[in-house]
Amino acid sequence: MTAYILQRLIQSILVLLAVSVVVFLAVYGIGDPIELLVPPQVSAAERTAMIQRLGLDLPVWQQYLSFLGNALKGDLGHSFVHGVPAVDLILARLPATFELVLLAMGLAAVIGIPLGLLAGLNPESRPSRAIMAGTILGFSLPSFWKGMMLILLFSVFLGWLPTAGRGETVSVFGIPTSLLTLDGLKHLALPALNLAIPNMALMIRLVAAGTTEAISQDYVKYARAKGVRRKRIVGRHVLRNILIPVVTVAGMEFGSLVAFSTITETVFAWPGMGKLLIDSVYQLDRPVVVAYVMLATLLFVAVNFLVDILYAALDPRVKLTGEMA
Amino acid sequence: MHRTLISAFIAGTCLLSAPAWAQSLKIALSSEPTAIDPHYHDLTPNNALIAHIFDGLTKQDENQKVLPNLATSWENDGKTRWTFKLRQGVTFSNGQPFTADDVIFSFCRTLKNETAIAGSFADITGNFTAVEAPDSHTIVITTKAPDPLLPNFLSGLAILSSSIVPHDKLAFDAAKNCGVTGTWPVVGDFNDGKLAIGTGPYKFKSYTKGTSVELERNDKYWGPAEPWANVTFVPVPNAGPRLAGLLAGDYDVIENPAARDVSRIRDDKRFGYVIMPSTRVIYFQLDVEREPSPFVKAENGKNPLKDPRVRKAMSLAIDRDAIIKRIMDSAAEPAYQFLPNGMFGALANPPKLAYDPAAAKKLLAEAGYPNGFQLTLSTTNDRYINDSQITQAVAQYLTQVGIRSEVDAMARAIYFPRRSKKEFSVALGGWGSTSGEASSFLRQWPATPDEAKTIGGSNYGGYNDPEFDKLIRTAIVTLDDAKRAEILQQAGTKVLEGGAFIPLHFESTIWAYKANLKYAGRADQFTMAMQVKSAK
Repeated sequence: MTAYILQRLIQSILVLLAVSVVVFLAVYGIGDPIELLVPPQVSAAERTAMIQRLGLDLPVWQQYLSFLGNALKGDLGHSFVHGVPAVDLILARLPATFELVLLAMGLAAVIGIPLGLLAGLNPESRPSRAIMAGTILGFSLPSFWKGMMLILLFSVFLGWLPTAGRGETVSVFGIPTSLLTLDGLKHLALPALNLAIPNMALMIRLVAAGTTEAISQDYVKYARAKGVRRKRIVGRHVLRNILIPVVTVAGMEFGSLVAFSTITETVFAWPGMGKLLIDSVYQLDRPVVVAYVMLATLLFVAVNFLVDILYAALDPRVKLTGEMA
Repeated sequence: MHRTLISAFIAGTCLLSAPAWAQSLKIALSSEPTAIDPHYHDLTPNNALIAHIFDGLTKQDENQKVLPNLATSWENDGKTRWTFKLRQGVTFSNGQPFTADDVIFSFCRTLKNETAIAGSFADITGNFTAVEAPDSHTIVITTKAPDPLLPNFLSGLAILSSSIVPHDKLAFDAAKNCGVTGTWPVVGDFNDGKLAIGTGPYKFKSYTKGTSVELERNDKYWGPAEPWANVTFVPVPNAGPRLAGLLAGDYDVIENPAARDVSRIRDDKRFGYVIMPSTRVIYFQLDVEREPSPFVKAENGKNPLKDPRVRKAMSLAIDRDAIIKRIMDSAAEPAYQFLPNGMFGALANPPKLAYDPAAAKKLLAEAGYPNGFQLTLSTTNDRYINDSQITQAVAQYLTQVGIRSEVDAMARAIYFPRRSKKEFSVALGGWGSTSGEASSFLRQWPATPDEAKTIGGSNYGGYNDPEFDKLIRTAIVTLDDAKRAEILQQAGTKVLEGGAFIPLHFESTIWAYKANLKYAGRADQFTMAMQVKSAK
């Protein structure tokens, strides 16, 4: 067990290192942030002083090593644009993104799973066909356009919900959340819905396909022959079995939404992390981009690490030996 | 009886609610200020926000004319010595009185500002040899070189309260830390508002990055009180949702709706809008130095852009009015020089740059290019309004007269570094004159660079006209306004004749607002709550 954990730990660290090299070089390659930061009328002396202060006069490997050295001390650098620590900037945005994704995934599950079951149990019925056709729309409509249409419908024509931004927040254990205020929820509704629709479609498809498959399995036939009620067959036998892939996919989606729900955040001016990332890329705010990708990688690596260990702990068939990849 | 009661009740509610409603203002911004620290970054959104909380010694009005602010009057001795008389009876929002010490402290801070983005005001104060306070309400500034634009530049330099940092007797001497005993504040210290103490018409209430900046009326303000008790700025960078927010009633004022969307509110009685020409000029900068130039291919192997006749032909080939009408949706003014007519140092009536493809072809033939040549126009696609479409249109106009042109459009993050390495032959540029007068463009773009790059810093095309250089170098140290305006006009004419810069148009800025409000618009593109008035 210990050898296995140790091996996984070393692997995780190597992944982080590799990602840091790639990201650093990629961001370095895009261009020179000085041209965007410093107005052209600034004197050569002032410009040089700025370049030196940011360490941009050093060769790239030296810049990378000093970044790495600071990162080991827990300092991922200061934002070029805002002048404050990059990690503070990112963490300040985390709660906004997190609550958005939480609500979106919740909506997707609460609506998607029952509809998927419905469609999977009677695949030939009219409502089922309508649901499946709807999922194609849900997948294929571009997020940006969908967001604008939601704004037009619910804010401009109906006037029910605000167009953009984050509403009133309350602090819970020092973390500001808008999930607990009416104004906050109103602001959350549209972006969460926009984010939820493709995931809802995904869940419907997964659940429907799983249900159709499961319904013809021997254990279902046996249960039916035994005279178990239909409700119980669906709730107890079918749903339980098909939820495994659904949970796996939902987990993966959750991670990628937290890190990259950029388009929805941009359309709804949601002050989340995705918007910070896109702004930082545009402004060549290197420390923020690098810190962001590093934190996102850390998140994924940590989750994977935990999942692997949990998996091993839960499933006795998985052997925890050092040889396992 | 019932009816009277009801109408009385309704009237009462209206009376109660109307003022409360009218006193708060919500404004959607197209780009968010990067900091509350007024000396952090010399950027339009930052400067606009800062003007609510802080005052400078001077200020600029909506047409960028310089007016008194914390200084009531100023004069110079004809050389390098300026005397500013400070306003009496002004207090900061924390109750401290405003004196000459605060001015010295603020000037010093721009030199001791470790976190600032380069050139954010240190270039102004770096030119000071001495700043003295003969009494508590007089400031005497001595500059190294004569600086006729000092009052213009001081309009953007916010005056902080010296009470935010422990200090002994303050003196303008950066080497001795100016008498400050504590640590100099850095950008992060201002974001929670503790140090954001100014003399402006509003005071800081809260700042959440990406969400909002909230201000409230400063009851200690020395000028007439503002009509708005609360002002909230919300960043909504996307133009579509920003306009939707106005239509849905979420915002009272929005800046920069897309010009093509103005028709959406033009006939709607619930909204108003203003289109105000700005000083931002859009132009092409030609490489007139190198032989050959990287993106020009002529049969004779030379750089045709070096020939003034070719440059003239290129300008004649462009239909500016059509570009403004079709691409800019009329939200721009044709540019026949580099600063709008009537501003300081600009020509009063520059000759119209007409569209004449026949004359262009003739000039090209005269110059020895009857079959034209090949050219690539380089442009940003995310910096100026419709930048890549404008360049595409110009490429087609040039192709029509025989200059076969292609467009290379790229993101600004790639474009600006490449341009400064002189990688282009014809490059799109844009320049807003923050000083509101003609030397801003002329000293930066066409001037031959000096060693310290304080002039000619953006002369990427290698333009070199010794006569012009002499004029601009004289103009920037001439203190007499009338004389300086005249020299600037001569210098501007020279650059237009040279043809190495082809002006296209001045961008206009658009603001849209609810019909019960009025916004006059500003040439410097600032969105200021102080100028939002009730329409009645």
